[in-house]
Amino acid sequence: MTLFGYKLPGMSSLLLWGLLWEIIGQTGYTFFVPPLSEVFATLFEIIGTPAFLKAMSETAYAFFAGVFFAITIGIPTGIMMGKNRLLDELLLPWVNIFLSAPLTALVPVLMVLFGFGMKSIIITTTLFAIWIIILNARAGVMQINRSLIEMGRSFGATPLDAFYKIYFWAALPEILGGVRIGIIRAVKGVIIGQLLISIVGFGALFELYSSNFLMSHFWAVLIVLFAMAFTISELLAYLERRVSYYAAKR
Amino acid sequence: MVMSQTKSSLGHAQPVGIESAVSVRNVSKNYDKVEALKDLSLEFPRGELTSLLGPSGCGKTTLLKIIAGLLEPTSGEIEVNGVKVTGPGPDRAFVFQDFALLPWANVIRNVSFGLELRGVAKSEREDIAEKYIRNVGLAGFEKSYPHELSGGMRQRVGLARALSVDAQVLLLDEPFSAVDEQTRRKFQEDLLALVQNENKTFIFVTHSIEEAVYVSDQIAILLPRPSRVSEIIRPSSFRGKGVDNIRRDPEYLDIVDEIWASLRSYVE
Repeated sequence: MTLFGYKLPGMSSLLLWGLLWEIIGQTGYTFFVPPLSEVFATLFEIIGTPAFLKAMSETAYAFFAGVFFAITIGIPTGIMMGKNRLLDELLLPWVNIFLSAPLTALVPVLMVLFGFGMKSIIITTTLFAIWIIILNARAGVMQINRSLIEMGRSFGATPLDAFYKIYFWAALPEILGGVRIGIIRAVKGVIIGQLLISIVGFGALFELYSSNFLMSHFWAVLIVLFAMAFTISELLAYLERRVSYYAAKR
Repeated sequence: MVMSQTKSSLGHAQPVGIESAVSVRNVSKNYDKVEALKDLSLEFPRGELTSLLGPSGCGKTTLLKIIAGLLEPTSGEIEVNGVKVTGPGPDRAFVFQDFALLPWANVIRNVSFGLELRGVAKSEREDIAEKYIRNVGLAGFEKSYPHELSGGMRQRVGLARALSVDAQVLLLDEPFSAVDEQTRRKFQEDLLALVQNENKTFIFVTHSIEEAVYVSDQIAILLPRPSRVSEIIRPSSFRGKGVDNIRRDPEYLDIVDEIWASLRSYVE
């Protein structure tokens, strides 16, 4: 966007909203919104503390484990659904149901099945991320040009070769899009898991700070979380742009 | 040149003295209740270019894909060099109408992809690919990606890929229909040179009468619903006269007219 002939850098609207936040905070209108400057001061204060680092590593562990399973199970499942009519008919209704279902309501069931530990949190994270990854991988495979499939067959590709030399790459733009959205959903999943299943990680910090009305602490953790999710999402958006040169011409 | 190790399929309807590389025997293909091909038999002489020509919907691409092993015939059989076709095989290579290149791979990887699938080592397959990239006139574009090339250049990549696996039979499915008219003429001339130099059998699907007559040693006219071979034409006099003279040769013009006369009633 350009303003008065100057090209504004991306995300410059955040500055405007940050300023608004600061002004509202300074007026002391409500204790829920402390000034942004105070939030950042708190952020730098707590970011090196053992409690914060422990929370961050617990959250990161559950998050990355959950995303790992969502990707390694989701992509092959989606590709197989796209290639196999029977499997597709069997699984598609479930994928669609879980994609739109309020997964939070399922968390108590997971607690009964898998206990109150890290395992349930990881599974919750996976469940939040996996469905959109499956659907996108499936859509990616289904749009593969028919003649590309015939090309593989006519030059004697084994099913394994066809899978990782043709289908995977041909579906990669859609797969990356699904992973990016899945990861954003995984952030939601890991926090909900940590709030509902066992009070650990960032979930525990949210719980602790909000019940003690430590609002600047609360916002500080939220900003860290947002920054992490945003960074990962931008990284994937960058990867998507790397493959976009062929996405339009398959 | 006549290959000695292959069983010739003499005794079938074919021009005297020429051995068949591909034989199509009593092939039928039904899609549900629709008969796409009915009891179709055809011989493809070795080392020659045979065109399958007919109005759209006459099943010429279906026949080509059955020969390629990409489609199963409902009945009947195909023999390539005396061996029955049960699926795709290394004795045949396909050139696709829409090129079917890997858009994420550069020219040299695309050209060597057939060899890659056959497990040929990287340095060896790239040497072979480079040779055919030069042959089709794409030297200097080895590292380019398909989206950086024109339609004509992309089809040259598809052609080089089919040539580099060194199959005896090349199957071309309307290979020039997606390129512009001038590129197309150049392609046709190059194809004639290729047929002369490569000693392979070419099966060429086209809907252009002029193109078929220009490049073919033998033209099979297919008529639709259900598809059958109505006529086989073998131009004789203008083949040796050089590419510049073909289009004004009387026989060329007569054959083009004759084919149009027989196809006219099938074109709506």
